[in-house]
Amino acid sequence: MTEKKKRVRTYKDTDEKITAKSLIKPFLFSLPFMVGLIIFTVYPFIKAVLLSFMENYRFLSGKFTGYGLGNYQAIIADPNFINALKSTTKYVLIVVPISMALSLLIAVGLNSVKKLQGLFQTVYFLPLVTSSTAIGMIFRWLYDYDYGLFNYFIGLFGIDRIHWLADVRFTMASICIYGIWSMLPFTIILLLAGLQNIDPVYYTAARADGAKSRDIFFNITIPLLMPTIILTSIVNMMSAFKVYDSLFVLYGGKPGPAFNLYTVIYYLYDMFWNKNKLGNAAASAMVLFVIIAVFTLLQNLISKKTNYYK
Amino acid sequence: MKKISAGRIITYVLLAIGGFIMVFPFIWMLISSLKTWAECGSMPPTWWPHNPTLENYIYAFKTAPFLKYFRNSVIVTIVCTAATMFNTILCAFTFSRLKFPGRDIIFSLMVSLMMIPYEMLIITNYTTIVKMGLYDTLVALIIPFTSSIFYTYILRNFFLSIPDSLYYSARVDGASDWQYLWEVMVPIAKPSLVTIGLLDALACWNSFMWSILVVGSVDNRTLPFGLFAFTDQAGVRFERLMAGSSIVVIPVIILFLFCRKQIVTGVSKGGMKG
Repeated sequence: MTEKKKRVRTYKDTDEKITAKSLIKPFLFSLPFMVGLIIFTVYPFIKAVLLSFMENYRFLSGKFTGYGLGNYQAIIADPNFINALKSTTKYVLIVVPISMALSLLIAVGLNSVKKLQGLFQTVYFLPLVTSSTAIGMIFRWLYDYDYGLFNYFIGLFGIDRIHWLADVRFTMASICIYGIWSMLPFTIILLLAGLQNIDPVYYTAARADGAKSRDIFFNITIPLLMPTIILTSIVNMMSAFKVYDSLFVLYGGKPGPAFNLYTVIYYLYDMFWNKNKLGNAAASAMVLFVIIAVFTLLQNLISKKTNYYK
Repeated sequence: MKKISAGRIITYVLLAIGGFIMVFPFIWMLISSLKTWAECGSMPPTWWPHNPTLENYIYAFKTAPFLKYFRNSVIVTIVCTAATMFNTILCAFTFSRLKFPGRDIIFSLMVSLMMIPYEMLIITNYTTIVKMGLYDTLVALIIPFTSSIFYTYILRNFFLSIPDSLYYSARVDGASDWQYLWEVMVPIAKPSLVTIGLLDALACWNSFMWSILVVGSVDNRTLPFGLFAFTDQAGVRFERLMAGSSIVVIPVIILFLFCRKQIVTGVSKGGMKG
């Protein structure tokens, strides 16, 4: 904030007048960026909002009969959409808390060790940089009914083989295992950064008072890390809500048995790409936007309130 | 004293087990890709191939044009990253160093655009690409992604931290804004730029869904799309699919081993704002 004030003052100090010439420079400098931004972000955003209210929109002719809530009524009446919302919510509610808890343990562990820190980081963060297409392919192999490792391992415990990707009872479990695994690296990185921000003075003081490790964890680490934990959860909920790429590969582009893996984004792509119902696609995109916007506002509110990252 | 070291050992053991779970899928991918068909389909599985073979890689390169996919991926990644960096540098400069009315308001409007989920834009972007006559070209994989508000946001913050005095002394020495940007600011911002460049290159390399929409012919596929299409060609032959996956993953793993620090910093910086 102070920095901003200072800048404004220098601006006035230099007595630069607003002239046509002083406007041309910013315009030219930001032109390449702005052209891209307007064509591929601002325009399609406005278009999607309008599209969601257009009744009977025809893709080829661009004609429509008027504005209304028809598309929204259509998707709300569509059991596939309601189903998509439900299964996506379920996925978010399972994957986010479990991966948060695991990441917290791992991050605290990583933060406490000095030796091999680099090696551990490499190992834990690797899935973050690899393509979800390849990872989806690998999990397909691990989940294979006949020769997959998952079935081999449960076989060791005398459990019968499972059709991980085809049996309706297990598909949610298998995508959640995959989802948790792939969410860990990102979450660990953020929590680790949060842990490293905690002033060591607190720990030194606690130790001097003879506090036990467990007390230190619950009374110092957790409360001080709370803002990070909350913000990371919100970011993760947003990304989990947009789950799609990985499922697409895991299921070879199909919505899973009995459509139980039909997520919100899956619905959007399906309406747009396969069924050509652009109105429905746009309306579901708006629902997604509102959900993401609520999460973002929440995130901003919390990070402003805690003022932790300034 | 003894109690502490016991706790430490437990921490290391648990971290090692967790770490093993994280890398195991990749190790298993590599091991499986070196197996023969018969060995890959054996139960119980073998933990190391009896006769390691590169047959599956040869098959992948022969049946599907993986070399071409690879070339396309390299081109798209390099051009897209370079263009993004260029746009980002100029835009961050505009909103940090140049003075014009409404600058900060415009920038906060731009930042608020970050919350638009990308999937919302594909409907219109697809149509735009088709109308521009760019359907089924590599350009279609590049131009929608060259204006990143997120990277601009990071870089602008960095630029703002560079003291004004540097600017005025450069101006006194007769440097233009353009020279000042490229000869003073960019070299100072190098660490930030490397991080942004790496994050963007990774995103380009791994980008998948958009390419399925805008690429029609085999010739213009990038690696992830090529790998996905390879499932049709290879059938349910996982040793071959794992060879294909390795081709996509190995370059990124090598990059990560060298640049882990920059990538991790970038992710932790961006995570909260992204």
